[in-house]
Amino acid sequence: MAKTGTFADSLFKGVLTVFAATIILVVVAMIAMMFWNSLPTIREFGLGFLVGSDWQPASDVYGALPFIYGTIVSSVIALILAVPVSLGIAIFLVEQAPKSIASPIAFMVELLAAIPSVVYGLWGIFVLAPFIRNYLGPILQNYLGWLPLFQGRLTGIGMLTGGVIMAIMVTPIITAVVRDVLEVVPNTQRDAALALGATKWETTLIVLENASSGIAGAVVLGLGRALGETMAVTMVIGNAPQISASLFEPAYTIASVLAANFAEATDRLYLSALIEMGLVLFLVTFVVNAAAKVLVMGVAKGTNAARQA
Amino acid sequence: MGNKITVKNLNFFYGKDQALFDISLKIPEREVMAFVGPSGCGKSTFLRVLNRMNDTIPYARIEGEVKIDGKDIYKAKTDVVALRRKVGMVFQKSNPFPKSIFDNVAYGIRINRMHSSKKDLAERVEKALKDAALWEEVKDRLPTSAFGLSGGQQQRLCIARALAVQPEVILMDEPASALDPIATQKIEELVVELKKKYTIVIVTHNMQQAARISDRTAFFMLGKLIEVNPTEKMFTNPDDKLTEDYITGRFG
Repeated sequence: MAKTGTFADSLFKGVLTVFAATIILVVVAMIAMMFWNSLPTIREFGLGFLVGSDWQPASDVYGALPFIYGTIVSSVIALILAVPVSLGIAIFLVEQAPKSIASPIAFMVELLAAIPSVVYGLWGIFVLAPFIRNYLGPILQNYLGWLPLFQGRLTGIGMLTGGVIMAIMVTPIITAVVRDVLEVVPNTQRDAALALGATKWETTLIVLENASSGIAGAVVLGLGRALGETMAVTMVIGNAPQISASLFEPAYTIASVLAANFAEATDRLYLSALIEMGLVLFLVTFVVNAAAKVLVMGVAKGTNAARQA
Repeated sequence: MGNKITVKNLNFFYGKDQALFDISLKIPEREVMAFVGPSGCGKSTFLRVLNRMNDTIPYARIEGEVKIDGKDIYKAKTDVVALRRKVGMVFQKSNPFPKSIFDNVAYGIRINRMHSSKKDLAERVEKALKDAALWEEVKDRLPTSAFGLSGGQQQRLCIARALAVQPEVILMDEPASALDPIATQKIEELVVELKKKYTIVIVTHNMQQAARISDRTAFFMLGKLIEVNPTEKMFTNPDDKLTEDYITGRFG
């Protein structure tokens, strides 16, 4: 091989390596920077920061629990609503619908994922919130009002609205991933079930069993997205740092408090508190997304059934 | 013995493409019939006609008559689920479910609600595994995953799974093509054993295998049934020149 060629190739490889290293550097730098900047609150409050429920910037008292609570509860609401619907759509697309119907629906589902968060937020304020205030809320209070979950004043802005808007936003992602994992389940599995006299429903159960780890991955991926969702949720969740049993009460999530308060956080400790919450959110979503990737990758490499022989 | 399956003037289409041309064939009860022929000749398609597995393919269309025990299985009111229970199938590639050995065999029994108690279920599973000549090898590891078995064992597990729903006919689509000679021999011995109770139709690319285990052989080419005869006659003195050329390996 000519010497120039070898040199050009090693230069090329060197440049690519630098690019690849950058991404790792960025992640490391982000963690380091956030950790460094949150040292004041870490020193001041220690673990108490994560379990404290008082949030009073005016008197320099910072407890992140209301935000952690709001993030978890709204995400759980989102998953409870989104997972069955997403599974249903994906199963319909892969197992039931003819190609001529499945393709346009799948395309539309993917388009949903591309709508900007702030647009969902606007829709949430002007459509979803009034709907919950005037229709859904009264119905829930009428029939399930004895549950603490559905007591309290109905403004339309609160935890439930935030959870519902999140559910709508994570549905396309979960659907798309579940659809992909169902599609890699080998047809020999469907054949095997059918040939034993299985109905369509029973055959679908076998397919789901084959895809189970990938479906779990899709759900976790949805969770990761819900945890970090900011704009739309900030617009409809009410932004009040409180822990209330009622889903109609306003709440706050980590992502929304960061977005809503950075501008006014001039105090060193205030800023540090926000950054520490950012660090917590970053680490949690990092782990959640990594877990999801591992689960989905297991299926992409081959389902349980394809792994044999 | 009577004919278990009677096919009359069968034509099969994938959309506009015709895959099977005017096939008429009788398959006697409790015999092994082998389907041979070059790849793409329609023998697997024909096999899947017999338990309506082709129903899952969009644009598939069928003309003619397929009768099992005198009943046309393509009549509108046919219970396809019941038909497939009666006409079991074993596939080219072993395809156990991602379940334990026990649950694989129990699957068909459970979905068809054939068992009266847990004990009855266990007995049925044991019997199916014994009939598939697998019991001795797996009896101590029934709760373990089916994927821990060797390829040949997995295929016999799939046969056991098919036997467990007490079919009358077993369709086998090249069941030994992915197996080594020893595992293949076991499957072949099993097929010969099974014909005492079941009617067996087996697709194979292996001429020696067809000669060894089948009572009758049907030779397909380009979607047409060229010849069907007792296997001995087929391999010594076939009626058709094409059959002779194929089984003597003169073309591919």
